[in-house]
Amino acid sequence: MFLETVAREGATFFHLAPLAVFVPLLGALVNGLIGRRLGERGVALVAVTASGFAFLVAVLQALSLTVYPEGAVVPIAEWITIGELRIAWAQQIDTLSVTMMLVVSGVGTLIHIYAVSYMHYDVRYKGDPGRYARFFAYFNLFIAMMMILVTGDSYLTLFVGWEGVGLCSFLLIGFWYEMDILGRPSTANARAAMKAFVVNRVGDAGFLLAMFLMFWFFGSLQFREVFEKVPEVAQAQPWVLMAITLLLLLGVTGKSAQIPLFVWLPDAMAGPTPVSALIHAATMVTAGVYLVTRSHELYMAVPEAQAVVAVVGGLTALVAASMAVAQYDIKKVLAYSTISQLGFMVAAVGMGAFVAGMFHLVTHAFFKALLFLGSGSVIIALERAHHPLPEEGGHGHGHDQGDHGEHEDHGEHEPFNPQDMRIMGGLLRRIPVTGWTYIIAALALAGIPPLAGFWSKDEILLEAKHLQPVVYGLLSAAAFLTAFYIFRQVFMVFFGQPRSEAAAHAVESPRLMTGVLLVLALLSLTGGFLNTPWFHPFGQWLEHTLKEVEALPFDPLVAGISTGVGLVAIGLAWLIYRGTFAWSRWEQDPLQFLLKGLFDFLQASWHWDDLYQVVFVRGYRALAGFLAFAVDWTFWHDWFHDVVVAGGFRRISRFLSQPIDLGIIDGIANGLGNSVQGLALTLRRWQTGYVRNYALAVMFGVVGMLVYVLWALR
Amino acid sequence: MVPTSFYVFLAALLFTIGAVTVLVRRNTLIIYMGIELMLNAANLAFVAFARQFGDVAGQLFVFFVITVAAAEVAVGLALIVTIFHTKHSVDIDAISDLKG
Amino acid sequence: MSLMLLFVLMGAVALAAAMGLLLARNAVYAALFLVLNMLALAVLFLSLGAPFLAMVQITVYAGAVMVLFLFVVMLLGAEVLPEEGGPIAWQKPLAFVLGGVLIGSLSWLIFVEATGMGRILPPPADYASPQELAMHLFQRYLLPFEVTSVLLLVAMLGALVMVQVERRRRARQQESQGS
Repeated sequence: MFLETVAREGATFFHLAPLAVFVPLLGALVNGLIGRRLGERGVALVAVTASGFAFLVAVLQALSLTVYPEGAVVPIAEWITIGELRIAWAQQIDTLSVTMMLVVSGVGTLIHIYAVSYMHYDVRYKGDPGRYARFFAYFNLFIAMMMILVTGDSYLTLFVGWEGVGLCSFLLIGFWYEMDILGRPSTANARAAMKAFVVNRVGDAGFLLAMFLMFWFFGSLQFREVFEKVPEVAQAQPWVLMAITLLLLLGVTGKSAQIPLFVWLPDAMAGPTPVSALIHAATMVTAGVYLVTRSHELYMAVPEAQAVVAVVGGLTALVAASMAVAQYDIKKVLAYSTISQLGFMVAAVGMGAFVAGMFHLVTHAFFKALLFLGSGSVIIALERAHHPLPEEGGHGHGHDQGDHGEHEDHGEHEPFNPQDMRIMGGLLRRIPVTGWTYIIAALALAGIPPLAGFWSKDEILLEAKHLQPVVYGLLSAAAFLTAFYIFRQVFMVFFGQPRSEAAAHAVESPRLMTGVLLVLALLSLTGGFLNTPWFHPFGQWLEHTLKEVEALPFDPLVAGISTGVGLVAIGLAWLIYRGTFAWSRWEQDPLQFLLKGLFDFLQASWHWDDLYQVVFVRGYRALAGFLAFAVDWTFWHDWFHDVVVAGGFRRISRFLSQPIDLGIIDGIANGLGNSVQGLALTLRRWQTGYVRNYALAVMFGVVGMLVYVLWALR
Repeated sequence: MVPTSFYVFLAALLFTIGAVTVLVRRNTLIIYMGIELMLNAANLAFVAFARQFGDVAGQLFVFFVITVAAAEVAVGLALIVTIFHTKHSVDIDAISDLKG
Repeated sequence: MSLMLLFVLMGAVALAAAMGLLLARNAVYAALFLVLNMLALAVLFLSLGAPFLAMVQITVYAGAVMVLFLFVVMLLGAEVLPEEGGPIAWQKPLAFVLGGVLIGSLSWLIFVEATGMGRILPPPADYASPQELAMHLFQRYLLPFEVTSVLLLVAMLGALVMVQVERRRRARQQESQGS
């Protein structure tokens, strides 16, 4: 009943859209300014309410769109007016942006709820409970920035959100900036945050250049105005569109972690696990996909750029999947998996399969968030088994805020790494809820029907087979590796014997966390039915914005191949890792035994970081060193400054001081003084002081003048 | 029937004597008297020429000269009294503090 | 002829008195010689048709001014001073020589160069009466008259101030000596 009322009066809800930005912003301010006084319960309440309110707003927008599918533009403020450049801060509400709003705020709210419990443990294990409020301030700020990003009606507004989420990403990766992931004093986390920020700058430079070009040739940065001029510019200056789209792609490779700028994402796992789930899996990193989809009218006009995007995406999907195969860190596997899945999405939107890309974005948000949150649950389970907090007698959802649990100092023991899969094993029995939801998510990722991942991945593969056969090949191989690495992880973590004390005594997480896992598991199970080949409301929904695309008919061959590939990979993983189930201590990875050096190569992520280290970092350092020591110090300082400037000055001043000043100037001055003095010494005798002398002088003058006058008159 | 030049010559003689008095005497008061004598000599010339040209302006100038001379004597004698209090002498040569 | 006689007589008295001023050792005598000189000149003024000036000469100059002189001379006890020697004794012959040159050149001017100066006749009865002088003084020469009166006022104040400051200084000195 309510829904019908809302649907009838839906349009009235568009004006609420700014609240999706401002309420989380308010939450961030409240938690950031007075969070420490609120206590953990207060902080959690504020943060979850703010995020949930944003979700409510997004839902209302969606309901309004069912009545007015063309959407609306909601102005918030005049922003920049310089000459021809007029940019208002306005929100574009259409089916595409609302899809993103729903994903961001929906998944975001779930992760907020999860983090309420997770961070309770994390801040205590890391030794600074006071940072609880700061975490949620950043988290809410992230939601606000993400809302700015997805609702902006111009590239510049989008860029504000783009940078804002980058800032939040930086702050949250470096949340424990004074330690490394094991809690030891180090700058490792801070370096990871810096790396993410700097690598993203490279991409942002591309984005900025694209915007400059856009303003130069289109005269505007607003989506609608730019897209209206696309045919005109494509006619007159075809290379402009090419340049803009490729520069935007550079931005996308930064934010969405594609080749060649993906290197920051694995390091970004230094942030707390909810951060990885929300920012580095579900939402922020998909901003690049959203950007390409939003710019679809630009990309559709340049098929070459589309091909480049598709190939970049396909290569990334395959390469990152191969790297994921050889990781031991539970979160690193998921990080490379995220890169790989983003590659799927980018490939899809690159090919022009925008609906498929966005669909995969949504389902991926569900199951990858679930995987990350599950891994977080595993990590906390091991931490609590390793050293329980003093408060814990039974199970904890009663977190009283006054508690400051001390924990053991890690440095005194052999470093305990709760993220290392080699010390896990057999966890399915200890933490069944986490385990089974994890397996559901893994199946979804592997693309096993009828889970969410199957439908979205199948759609991408189907489109790829028609549009870019090469990319289809890349993606199929990536799909095989995906199924393999995720079940390698599942077998290592949840099957076999526990390989450490902590794994043997792992404790299931609080209900607040497992509840979120269950909700996400439900979404991962059913999310695929949003857009099956026979029934596709999602495609029709996006069609209002994207003006695309007839859905391709179901192809049993493609679906069969992808399912078969997935099943074969799972079976292969079973065969290879079955042997490890009996181990009570981890020995050599059986895959390493099979692949030898290739395994190390994959584990080192193709030495990509080392390549950057050698080419860019070392080259840059060498250049900086050269500039600092050779150019600046030796040339400028030692030679130019000391020899030329200082020496020259010294020589000139010596010349000026010795012969000129002392010789000539002083000679004149002293000579004048001396001569005046001498003259005065002579003349002073005339000044006798006797009045009568002066009178005599007057008399003398008078008589002299008189005599002269008389003599002259004669 | 006296030539005007006689009067002027008498004035010149008196002026010269006054000037010499100023130059040779050391008593400040007498020097002042010499100055008065020179002024009187000038007055005589004024009156003589006034009579020759039949113009009373010359006599009026004498009147002014006498007035100014009176003022000068007043100030001058005050100076002398003051100096005498410092130097305990009216010897003009005792006052040579501005010697170079 | 009587005018000539009067001129020679009074001129001789004036010259003699002037010489007396120049040579007198005693300042009181010098002052008295000057009074004599002024009286002689007053007589000459009369012969030149300036009776008002003659009276002024006698009352103001020979009377008031010279009394003031004598008063100061006697007040300071400066009647006789050593005249010979002193630090600039060399000036004395030089001064006489200069005086000689001055009178010589003036004689030359008066008797050789400026010969056509005319003569002095006995004045008519109403010449330069006090009324006539007053008419000129208060009409044509009013401004100089007023300026001169201001000058007299300033001179009077100046004399007062100088003596007053001097007196105060001495009072202070005595005070500091006493204590």
